[in-house]
Amino acid sequence: MESSDTAILLSRLQFAFTIGFHYLFPPLTIGLGLLMVIMEGLYLKTRDFQYEAMAKFWTKIFALIFAIGVASGIVMEFQFGTNWASYSRYVGDIFGAALAAEGIFAFFLESGFLAVLVFGWDRVSPRMHFFSTLMVSLGSIFSAVWIIVANSWQQTPAGFKIVEQMLPSGASIPVAELTDFWVAVFNHSTLHRLSHTLVGAMIAGSFLVISVSAFYLLKKRHEDFAKRNIRIALPFAMVFCLLALVTGDVQGKNVAEHQPAKLAAMEGQFETARNAPLHVFGIPNVAEERVDFGLAMPGMLSMLVGWNTDTEIIGLSEFPETDRPPVHLTFQAFHAMVGLGMFMIALTVVGTILLYRDKLFTQRWLLRIFVVAIIAPMAANQLGWIVAEVGRQPWIVYPQYVDGDWANPIGGLRTADGHSHSVSAVEIAISMAMTGFIYLLLLITWLFVLDRKIKAGPESPEDLARAAAERGGGWFATATQRADHSGASMTDARDGDGRREN
Amino acid sequence: MEIPFLNMLWFILLGVLLAGYAILDGFDLGVGILHLGAKTDRERRIFMNSIGPLWDGNEVWLVTFGGALFAAFHDAYATAFSGFYLTFWLLLAALIGRAVSMEFRSKLDTPGWRKLFDYGFFSASTLATLLFGVAVGSTMSGLKIGDDMEYHGTFFDLLGVFPAITGVFAVAMFAMHGSIYLYLKTEGDLQKRVHGWMWRTFGFFLAMFVITTVYALVSVPAATDNFRDYPWCWVVVILNVLAIANIPRAIYLNRPAYAFISSCCSIAAFVFLFGVALYPNLLVSSIDPAYNLNIVNAASSRGTLLIMAIIAAVGMPFVLTYTGIIYWTFRGKVEIGKFSY
Repeated sequence: MESSDTAILLSRLQFAFTIGFHYLFPPLTIGLGLLMVIMEGLYLKTRDFQYEAMAKFWTKIFALIFAIGVASGIVMEFQFGTNWASYSRYVGDIFGAALAAEGIFAFFLESGFLAVLVFGWDRVSPRMHFFSTLMVSLGSIFSAVWIIVANSWQQTPAGFKIVEQMLPSGASIPVAELTDFWVAVFNHSTLHRLSHTLVGAMIAGSFLVISVSAFYLLKKRHEDFAKRNIRIALPFAMVFCLLALVTGDVQGKNVAEHQPAKLAAMEGQFETARNAPLHVFGIPNVAEERVDFGLAMPGMLSMLVGWNTDTEIIGLSEFPETDRPPVHLTFQAFHAMVGLGMFMIALTVVGTILLYRDKLFTQRWLLRIFVVAIIAPMAANQLGWIVAEVGRQPWIVYPQYVDGDWANPIGGLRTADGHSHSVSAVEIAISMAMTGFIYLLLLITWLFVLDRKIKAGPESPEDLARAAAERGGGWFATATQRADHSGASMTDARDGDGRREN
Repeated sequence: MEIPFLNMLWFILLGVLLAGYAILDGFDLGVGILHLGAKTDRERRIFMNSIGPLWDGNEVWLVTFGGALFAAFHDAYATAFSGFYLTFWLLLAALIGRAVSMEFRSKLDTPGWRKLFDYGFFSASTLATLLFGVAVGSTMSGLKIGDDMEYHGTFFDLLGVFPAITGVFAVAMFAMHGSIYLYLKTEGDLQKRVHGWMWRTFGFFLAMFVITTVYALVSVPAATDNFRDYPWCWVVVILNVLAIANIPRAIYLNRPAYAFISSCCSIAAFVFLFGVALYPNLLVSSIDPAYNLNIVNAASSRGTLLIMAIIAAVGMPFVLTYTGIIYWTFRGKVEIGKFSY
């Protein structure tokens, strides 16, 4: 039974939708995780209760984001098998290994220590709690490492050979077989994509902290808390925004070398040319093979790829039409991502300069921008992945090209050939409707709860100091005490400004 | 059929991961199944917080089992996951529902909101357990797998008498397992009530155990074939019966920890017997035994199995260490505090 075009289209939409939804959350937890390590480290060092308030507040937010990230992440792991069974047979030898490694090295670490992070404030020593925060942050980074290894192998496969697997029917199917583990892990694009992805995650996490803090400053609530947050998160964000430029540049050169069709689609480069232009914006016209309404900087694409305007850029016309990626989406997603990146650089540089001149906190217009600016890294992370994944179509596993023979790809697996044979369009429609409904409710509820949590705000450092004094210092003693049973929940019990009368 | 060492090793390791998952997530699924038995808001919070710090880590055993199946026997992963398409998407919906219910319930203090997530938690836990049981039963009865390694049946072909029985059996087993766990974690009047549940869920479990066993002996030939070739497997059957018999004994003697250990052992024994019933197959074709996916023809290359064995050898000691640390940190009775759900 061959998969129908409808089934394949639905599975592609379902994958795009579920991965897009999932990827709203991991970048935030990766970025926030590292910031929490910094905050809690500062608390241990200075014993300033404001830092404790910060660590506790962001842990609550982190837990809320993490829960949805985990729930939507299991869907991804199942989906390779449910919808892309032929793909799973083809890559299982390599891709499966990376997924299993992610489970063993990353997920256990994250989920285990997250328990201590969220529920353990009263049960473990401050040092142990800090260690747990560190482990959760490390776990989230390990997770990124292994999933990027898996994805990069699809983009630039290495360390494998194609063998024919016999089926009981006597027919045979080609499958990839691992020949060198480390070559497969450190394939041509792993480090490039990993660095750019992690940088994007750090930006998302820090912009969340800045956004919430700017909101408090505008509302004149928790001002000391908000200022401390911004003093940490804003320079952090600026550094990573600038690093995004660097890692993006390195990744761009890598794409030019290993996936020239993707680069050509990103820039709407139809003919192979030297002195190729870089577009600021434009609308690619596939039928006429040109970019309309564009503003282009002559020679800049060649310049960026090879540090020389004479560098040759491979055009889409070198590839058979069936081997070309969709140009519109790749082009626009790429340019929107770059535009957002430039905006974030400008914003964080201006913000940081004002911060060090002690003028930032009175610039209400800028704080207003910061409140909504969290949308920028969230969108940029999504757009970057759209470029990466749409730009490699029609391949689910990229083929090899030898000596610039772009018309004759070797190996590789087309996305359409990766689909599950035994699944019908009706079944996929059912799973899509179900998942779409659940995710929509989930997103609404999540935003509602997040909004309440942010409006409730952190505990006041005075309360924390008083609590510590009552216990005779530190969190150490509390593990032996009975916790008070009056609180409504883990997060609501002491929420509020903490300005209650004694 | 010659079975290479690494293929055997991975078959066993998958069994270990599955047993680990069934034992650990088994009790927190069981708490979910029993959730509505807790009447007041405080009791329900105690139930949720008894598993609050643990359920997420427990679920990672399933994720790792899935990853390991993909890595070691990718054809079995591909055939099973696409064959069980709607079953597994329903399972995903249930797993998401559980996570969300626990995470969101405490965030708003209105009765309607809490009731919504109470029912969500109960139904998602019960549905997930039922589907696990159905998947095991369908796998044991055989699937319509063709000569192209693909599943050729429909969703309804997966449902039958035996999968229905194993589905209910799974619910009974986890409910019992969960009730013993809750007995360990609760105090006072609530604990007294949970004591009664241990007896009732054990009765339910015992009844389902007998029904499942008899039905399997009579009409699922694959379930017993291997016992002829490997008579030592009877030892596990006997140990399992002893473990099951020890559960009421330990409850009667008021030694709940022993009852819990016995129920862990019994779950491990069931996973073992499931493995024996399949061995050396992973998926059995009801069309032609020549189309079975076994641990040789569905396996990854020797190189990958070896690398994966090294990864497991490096990683699992860490996993066990911090699983131990976490369970130690959260030992003892449930206390509701400001950081609880």
